Amino acid sequence: MALKFKGVDFIEFDTLLNDDERLVRDNTRKFIEENLVPVIEQCNRDGRFPKELIKPMGELGFYGAGLKGYGCAGMSSVEYGLMTQELERGDSGVRSFVSVQSGLCMYPISAFGSEEQKQKYLPKMALGEILGCFGLTEPDAGSNPSAMRTRARKDGNEYVLNGEKMWITSGSIADIAIIWAKVENEDNLIRGFIVETDRPGFKAADVHGKWSLRASVTSSLSLQDVRIPLDNLLPGSGGLKSPLSCLNQARYGIAWGAIGAAMACYDCSLQYSQFRKQFRDQPIASHQLVQEKLVWMISEITKAQLLALQVGRLKDVGKAKPWHVSMAKRNNVWMALECARMGRDILGGNGIADEYPIFRHMANLESVKTYEGTHDIHTLIIGEHITGYAAF
Amino acid sequence: MEILVCVRRVPDTSENEIQLSSAGNDIERDDLVYSVNEPDNYAVEEAIQIAANAGGNVTVVTVGSEEDEEVLRREMAMGANQGVLLSDDAFAGSDGKGIATILKALVQKGHYDLVLTGTQAEDGGAQVGGMLAALLDYPFASLVNAITVLDGGKLKISREIEGGNREMSEIDLPCVLSIQTGINEPRYVGMRGIRQVASVEIPTFGTSDLGVDPASVGTAGAKVKRTDYFMPVLGKGAEILQGSQEEIIDQLIELMKAKGGLN
Ligand SMILES: Cc1cc2nc3c(=O)[nH]c(=O)nc-3n(C[C@H](O)[C@H](O)[C@H](O)COP(=O)(O)OP(=O)(O)OC[C@H]3O[C@@H](n4cnc5c(N)ncnc54)[C@H](O)[C@@H]3O)c2cc1C
Repeated sequence: MALKFKGVDFIEFDTLLNDDERLVRDNTRKFIEENLVPVIEQCNRDGRFPKELIKPMGELGFYGAGLKGYGCAGMSSVEYGLMTQELERGDSGVRSFVSVQSGLCMYPISAFGSEEQKQKYLPKMALGEILGCFGLTEPDAGSNPSAMRTRARKDGNEYVLNGEKMWITSGSIADIAIIWAKVENEDNLIRGFIVETDRPGFKAADVHGKWSLRASVTSSLSLQDVRIPLDNLLPGSGGLKSPLSCLNQARYGIAWGAIGAAMACYDCSLQYSQFRKQFRDQPIASHQLVQEKLVWMISEITKAQLLALQVGRLKDVGKAKPWHVSMAKRNNVWMALECARMGRDILGGNGIADEYPIFRHMANLESVKTYEGTHDIHTLIIGEHITGYAAF
Repeated sequence: MEILVCVRRVPDTSENEIQLSSAGNDIERDDLVYSVNEPDNYAVEEAIQIAANAGGNVTVVTVGSEEDEEVLRREMAMGANQGVLLSDDAFAGSDGKGIATILKALVQKGHYDLVLTGTQAEDGGAQVGGMLAALLDYPFASLVNAITVLDGGKLKISREIEGGNREMSEIDLPCVLSIQTGINEPRYVGMRGIRQVASVEIPTFGTSDLGVDPASVGTAGAKVKRTDYFMPVLGKGAEILQGSQEEIIDQLIELMKAKGGLN
């Protein structure tokens, strides 16, 4: 039985938002409710990314929504966060697609790209006419990307790239890949390159058998003597801090996205518990242990909203630090995963069926916990900040 | 063509559990989630399409308070060119005629060729469109579900009547039309649109700007007053089935069979 989402707001959180922020949230919610929710369970079952939504989402301005100019919506960080929340209330996989296109591909072009690169790519990427993927992780370099093996070598008026990338969202559907590589002629400095995916030597192969993010494409990339013009270098990039600054954009969105997934789980569990009856014909919502779970969920969601909002407000005045974003990502994904597990429990046997969205969110959130810096890596980022000791 | 669309902010019935206030003459309005009245949204979409095809300009207007500005912004982000808020302490408590009186003043001030309203407000009585037309002495058509712009200052309009028949009419401009849901597919509000209108000022007009006599509107001018508000008692008219979901379905099937709805 499909239960219509009713919105979650325990402490009049909405009064902390302005009209535009609510407008962004409500209209994204409407779009997701009408276009993603009806198809997502089937997509998840089939392991299919709903490509039919790429264009409509572009027309609505979801991609690169936080960037200014070049056909981008120019939203504030809080607006961007609320949009992400609603996307992930639909599905973490679809939100991942938008995050990668925006925070991991359009953002580096806007931050490190030349004027020509911005004009060539950003307007079309904003409309979803050019899709991107972000290649940082490698089979042997995950949490520690500085161990990457991918190399770029300057050869005349070209760069030659060689290497393997792993776990790349949208890898096989992307038109361009932002590839991070060590430049041999520049003392192995890590730099970003725009690699068109139809270049000879570039191959993408999808990861099959995923239990998580099934409605998102995940691929491995192989680059064998891929030749690109010198102009494809992102000229402003240099050092690990360049890709990490992209991750900081995307992690911020995840902190909000996780709230969306948690809201979906809470709302579904609450409604279910009110009509499901066990023992003396009583709704299970009337049993104390069930209430305890629901109360835990709504309390954690509420705290997560306040945390995300404050980091967003800081970001809007240029004061958000990486450890702020780490705390929001770490806490909010953790609480969302716990909400999903509790919600799954409240639904009993029904909790394991894809008639209800909870198990899908739970499985998705396992990826969200790992990517963009694992939960533990964020612990270490915060730990280093407060103690002064790097413990990686 | 200058088009004016009258819109309203109403409690969103899909998001709220509507409850009576303790005084019993209204619903509990604290904590309600509001949104644009759905039929009005169709009217705005229709206006945007007419302006795109036949040229023109779309203004959205609402009678209300500062909080109601959000629906104007929503409709502007969707594509309306400008918004106007009609707000004054004297407007509070207006009945249908009062609202029509206020809107009439704006129509006369702005020289609109076409005035659209939604068929009815989700919490209203479908009064304003007809009264506004009468006060303006404009022709009026209700429940419109298709509009074509003709040459010579006329529109061709269609109206669905009982039994699914369609009635076609020609109507002279300027006129007032009340728009039926389903006339079009309202577009989504895009992120770019929201940003574009975020910094646009929305002018506010009160009694003196509009030249409206305060005694003719609001509580002072209202000749229809709401006295009571209640949920009908469950009675003979409606039967609420009890039991588990399966039991309810079985009972429903039996009932439908008994009444001849199922064989
Ligand atoms: C569905 C999905 C999509 C992805 N999309 C992308 C993408 O688009 N682009 C991209 O570049 N990457 C992507 N990733 C990769 C993702 O960012 C990595 O999986 C992540 O950084 C973790 O790396 P790893 O898998 O190699 O795990 P590892 O780094 O091997 O970590 C394994 C475990 O060890 C722990 N650990 C590691 N080092 C330490 C330490 N010093 N102290 C304590 N604990 C430690 C980790 O916290 C974790 O628990 C994606 C991953 C998934 C699952």
